[in-house]
Amino acid sequence: MQSLPAISNLLKLKPSAGLPRRFQDNLMIFLFLLPAVVLFLLFVVYPILQSVYYSLFNWKGFGPAVDFVGLDNFKNILKDRVFLIALRNGLLIIALSLLVQLPLSLLLAVLVGRDLPGRVFFRTVFFLPYVLSEVIAALMWLFILNPDPDRGFVNAVIVALGGQPQAWLGNPNLVLIAIFAALTWKYFGYHMLLFMTGLQNIPSEIEEAGRVDGANALQNFFYITLPLLSSTIRTSVYISVLGSLQQFIMVWIMSKGGPVNASETMATYMYRFGFVRFQLGYGSAVAIYMFLLCLIFSLIYLHFTRKPDYLSGLEG
Amino acid sequence: MSRKISTVLSLLLIAAFALAACGSPTAAPSAPAEQPTAPRAPASGGESPSQGKKVTVTWWHISTAEDHKAVWQKLADEYMAAHPNVTIEISVLENEAFKTKLTTVMQSGNPPDIFQSWGGGVMNEYARAGLLKDITADLDADGGAWRNTFSPGALGVYALDGKNYGVPWDMGMVGFWYNKELFAQAGITTPPTTWPELLDAVKALKAAGITPIALGEGDKWPGHFWFGYLATRICGAEGFRKAASRTGSFTDPCFVEAANKLLELKALEPFQEGYLGATYGDQATLMGNGKAAMELMGQWAPAVQRDNSENKQGLGDKLGFFPFPAVPGGKGDPNDAFGGGNGFAVGKNAPPEAIDFLKYLTRAESQVQLAQINVAIPVVKGGEAGLSDPLMITLQQTLSKAQYFQLYYDQALPPAVGSVVNDSIQAVFAGTMTPEEAMQAIEASAAQEIK
Repeated sequence: MQSLPAISNLLKLKPSAGLPRRFQDNLMIFLFLLPAVVLFLLFVVYPILQSVYYSLFNWKGFGPAVDFVGLDNFKNILKDRVFLIALRNGLLIIALSLLVQLPLSLLLAVLVGRDLPGRVFFRTVFFLPYVLSEVIAALMWLFILNPDPDRGFVNAVIVALGGQPQAWLGNPNLVLIAIFAALTWKYFGYHMLLFMTGLQNIPSEIEEAGRVDGANALQNFFYITLPLLSSTIRTSVYISVLGSLQQFIMVWIMSKGGPVNASETMATYMYRFGFVRFQLGYGSAVAIYMFLLCLIFSLIYLHFTRKPDYLSGLEG
Repeated sequence: MSRKISTVLSLLLIAAFALAACGSPTAAPSAPAEQPTAPRAPASGGESPSQGKKVTVTWWHISTAEDHKAVWQKLADEYMAAHPNVTIEISVLENEAFKTKLTTVMQSGNPPDIFQSWGGGVMNEYARAGLLKDITADLDADGGAWRNTFSPGALGVYALDGKNYGVPWDMGMVGFWYNKELFAQAGITTPPTTWPELLDAVKALKAAGITPIALGEGDKWPGHFWFGYLATRICGAEGFRKAASRTGSFTDPCFVEAANKLLELKALEPFQEGYLGATYGDQATLMGNGKAAMELMGQWAPAVQRDNSENKQGLGDKLGFFPFPAVPGGKGDPNDAFGGGNGFAVGKNAPPEAIDFLKYLTRAESQVQLAQINVAIPVVKGGEAGLSDPLMITLQQTLSKAQYFQLYYDQALPPAVGSVVNDSIQAVFAGTMTPEEAMQAIEASAAQEIK
């Protein structure tokens, strides 16, 4: 904020114009924020309020909403077995992300962040899936997981090793695991990048000091690197959880939430009602639930993770 | 403090992502103002195309097969050459993508001028919301010159309460497409004519190491053909009519029996590996490459098989057709047909040129061209002259014997109910719902949606 008076001089807003300086500063802040606030209100807040409004109606999405049903949509959603499946799948994807995807990303970040031969090459390769559009990634996985061993890579490998080919996306018991594999493949590069940035911010002197004091590589990692990386990990977990709760594109293309709702997520559930069944009021209510869930998670998460940041203390 | 603000901002952004999909366009409430509660056009006929003025007609179709797409393009080019002021913008969309995209533009109140429609329940929703143009007057102009070219049954699928909102270009039926060579390998000499015979054929094929049936149940509607046909055979025309008009119920024992027959079939494990997650495209690929012996599909099946096969030729002479077998003890006539056709609906903002072009698209000459490449069973008198494929001629003759024509369930019923039918049938195939539970789900949705 120190730079503001300089800008106001540039704009020839003289401090001597008769208004208190503090007011002028605030006006300046307001004017700079105005375009963003207008866009934000128009494209974020307004649609949210509209969704809240429509969620109280039995509305098909065409014409005005007239059939007011109060909170019936919200009650019916909680009674729907499929919504509970979607909720469970969301939590399952979160759990798997935190237990598999993030540790994997961290491991790779540590590996390619060090002086290993060919690390630039591997860094690029690992990051490549994240660059791909989600639609293309999902279509690729459709080919890879094709149940016919003549066409699907995974089944070809299984058959070559003497196993039975599996209908990855056609089997209600396997579909979520198959989709999770694709999701991990798609997003681990992103988290790896976050971790690598975090690792670069750790001064090498600290780890060196640890080594001099006789800490082995594992001790160094768990007692020095990991704690210093905690703020990056917090961000990564946050992004991962919210992303899992809202997962849609890859799931919709790979399985449409099926077979028989086995891979339904809240987003595919919302889409099904809003756009396939023409029950937009009900779909809006699902969106509100998703919103509340994300909001509550965020508030709790931020409250409990507001720990001291070791690194900023170091640098400050 | 700034951290708090950025937290709140990021939360709202998250909310935006979560809600944007359901945020409704502001244009929607203005739609009813233009609702054609009364025909606006004079009874003497529709508005006539204005000469000379530049007009753009938007046209969405789903005919992605190369030869079919080429015919539509050629007809549009011809029309534009004859009417230099008209530009026709064609969007070719894949079936599922089309449904999604159309729903979105419909909810924003801006339908394309001419677009693919199957008539029935979904079209009725659009018509009731005032998103379609009433073309009754255009059909009736000059003493019904245009109307009288159509077969009345097919045209009726695109009408609601006596008003027409679209026209058909194809009307066919669902039936069995089978690989004669694979049937012969399994020692089956004549196609099955009853349900038990069909089950025997499946057993024989299975014994010969052949995948008896290709099914893309991930898309759900292919499986609903099985249920719909069985219900048509067992419950008869009256059964569906009663349930759909709410004087009867989908929990009627005859519907449950139809779903039970699915389990009878499923017990034989007749489908390819992973059929629950497969798409219709996968189904057609299996058939076209000779990897499965039969599929239950509509009149477009041979064209899609060709297009999806590795050699782009499909099965050729090896492909045969037989109608859905009779179910002993069922109330339905064994000649009754289940199916539907394709047509074009007219969007509410369509200029008169769009309707004029639609007339051009549905001339007998255009119909002949479609029939010649076997992508349509003509619905306009004179169009059948283009049919040369013996399979299509067989299909057309089978269809003409039908006393009762059952439109696809997922089209005949309102979209919400149709979607529950498809979901529940998939659940029956997967074994996560019993036939009774599936019918209860359909009945609950019908009770809520049909008033």
